[in-house]
Amino acid sequence: MSIEQGLEKTRGGLISRLFGAFRKPEEEPVSDEWLDRLEEALLRADLSVSLVDPVMLQVRDVVAEGRATTVPKVLDAVRDALVAVIPPAPPAAGGTPRVILVVGVNGSGKTTTAAKLGKRMRDEGATPLLAAADTFRAAAIEQLESWAGRTGLPIVSGRPGGDPAAVVFDAIQAARSRGNSVVIADTAGRLHTKGHLMDELEKVVRVAGRAREGAPDEVLLVLDGTQGQNAIVQAREFTKAAKVTGLVVTKLDGTAKGGAIFAIANDLGLPVRWLGVGEKAEDLVPMDARAYVAAMLGRP
Amino acid sequence: MFEQLQDRLTATFATLQGRPRVTEADLEAALRDVRVALLEADVSFKVVKQLVATVRERAIGQQVIQSVTGAQQVVKIVHDALVEMLGTEASPLARAATPPTVIVMVGLQGSGKTTSSAKIANLLRKQGRKPVLVTVDIHRPAAMDQLEALGKQLGVPVRRADPKNVPLEGGDTVIVDTAGRLHIDEAMMSEVESIVAATQPDEILLVVDAMAGQDAVDAATAFHARLPITGLVLAKVDSDARGGASLSIRAATGIPVKLLGTGEKLDAIEVFHPDRLAQRILGMGDVVTLVEKAQEVVDQKEAEEQAKKLFEARFTLDDFYKQLQQLKKMGSIGDLIKMIPGMGQLAKQMPSGPEAEKELKKVEAIISSMTRGERADPSTINGSRRKRIARGSGTTVADVNQLLRQFEEMKKLMKQLGGMAKGGRLPYHLPLRR
Repeated sequence: MSIEQGLEKTRGGLISRLFGAFRKPEEEPVSDEWLDRLEEALLRADLSVSLVDPVMLQVRDVVAEGRATTVPKVLDAVRDALVAVIPPAPPAAGGTPRVILVVGVNGSGKTTTAAKLGKRMRDEGATPLLAAADTFRAAAIEQLESWAGRTGLPIVSGRPGGDPAAVVFDAIQAARSRGNSVVIADTAGRLHTKGHLMDELEKVVRVAGRAREGAPDEVLLVLDGTQGQNAIVQAREFTKAAKVTGLVVTKLDGTAKGGAIFAIANDLGLPVRWLGVGEKAEDLVPMDARAYVAAMLGRP
Repeated sequence: MFEQLQDRLTATFATLQGRPRVTEADLEAALRDVRVALLEADVSFKVVKQLVATVRERAIGQQVIQSVTGAQQVVKIVHDALVEMLGTEASPLARAATPPTVIVMVGLQGSGKTTSSAKIANLLRKQGRKPVLVTVDIHRPAAMDQLEALGKQLGVPVRRADPKNVPLEGGDTVIVDTAGRLHIDEAMMSEVESIVAATQPDEILLVVDAMAGQDAVDAATAFHARLPITGLVLAKVDSDARGGASLSIRAATGIPVKLLGTGEKLDAIEVFHPDRLAQRILGMGDVVTLVEKAQEVVDQKEAEEQAKKLFEARFTLDDFYKQLQQLKKMGSIGDLIKMIPGMGQLAKQMPSGPEAEKELKKVEAIISSMTRGERADPSTINGSRRKRIARGSGTTVADVNQLLRQFEEMKKLMKQLGGMAKGGRLPYHLPLRR
């Protein structure tokens, strides 16, 4: 699935808000009322006030000085400003087997993301091994095992109530002896406010480093795209416990815009790696900042 | 949840109260702050717009400008508008005249339906009901296994069923856990419509993530358009989310919030009291919840006695020690302090998480190294006694000094609080004092 298709709903929502019913953007005058609607659209996409305020200040200046007189020109300016906020993702590097930890709060979509990522990497020629290290939530292991069965990926599972760090350790060992190129470890959902669970995550990271020097190579923080400003706090806290290297934004097949990631990128400099745009195994697309912002603004 | 919103509003109102008379510019500045605070708390854009307009209109109508009591009036107007947004009364779960009572749980993926279903079953069972859980989530891998495992922990029967054929027997209350679905997914929305049509539920509860953003109101509105939603369950309230989106749903759709999910354990669910929440957001504390929480674990008589002692400053280190033991049963100390009027700011300075626990253990050790006489009258604790206590508790004399000093300060504070409580001066003023 392409990023444009995946973000179709995201796109639909904003267009109707930004443009009058039957007008083409070229014909829409840049009025104060339109600028208010633009501000509203940005805020309703969950962009932080701390980002929208300076952007709108700039836009109003540009308009007042007559540097942008038409709606498309203004939207271009907004798009460029937002795209500039998202840092480009550096190429993924790492040892063998490459170790990827999937972390996040409860219900953000970690297990589904781990499975989708596994399938995608396998389709691209890698030989991933899944590690079911969510030993806390009831039936989380069964959930990933079911995905493994569906996608035909090998899996190393923990026991319910067992030590998640041990599962990750075993999976890395297993990958080494079986020759798997990547380990994708699904961890338990944890609220960033729970000190003991964040400690547990720190331990998982530490133990992964013991199984293979330098591991984990990637720590992907899965953010639910329907979440609001709390996503920024989540990113900050998870970065403290486990050096997060990138974000995965999920559930973008709904009408949510995931605008909180702009503040995260701005404050923490974290790149967005993947976007989750559906429930099927293939519904994970690489981030493309330009396409993402365009979908948010409803403009190519 | 909600603390940061509270901090923002408290700061805004403190500035406002610092003015001898409220000017038009002061009012506009305060309204701007309120707007940003609410937006940053994820309160729905539309709701914010309306709330700010209401406050402005009422403030002008009540001639707040240039009035000596203008600042207080503004605080009251904002408070009232928030209460209106949240609703005023708790809405209990409906119960069918002839059993079984049927509750259907719906919501977006990952909002917390399955965990909430199990928690509600647990809550009802504690009330003497006989709940049975039914899972019809044939979509998410292992979702049925999840509910089954939770039911096993609780000792509540769990049945797996096809969404087209939901059994409604086996208990006096049937809780149906449905699959997570997007409000724009036509096939999935008609599936849940047919479940509702077949089971004729007494409650259709929409589970909403407390961390949800602006889209939450649109999603809830779309669910409500297809299903007669009777109540909201806010999940993951134990995060530090400001919860504005989930609270906006009530304002936008009229659906009341009924329950709050407050933790990972299966007893972490609370009945929602909107009036108390508005007070907490405005930094006025939630004494009622605090008292109720205490009642759950503390002997009623003893609690009353301690409260009396507390306010009359007859409180001894012995009482303090007893309370620490009870506090451990009630939950984290930071959470409790936040419920005390005006203590929101103090709670922020308190260490939290494992650090707080460590600190508490230290305090416990120090107090348990004192004699009965010393606990009853700390003024007898001289230098050599302090040294002994420090040795006995594995701490330093400085630690002992600090505890004694803090205890004295607390006593003074409580005496003040007690006086205010009697004089009925608690609301509005306290959190804004400097």
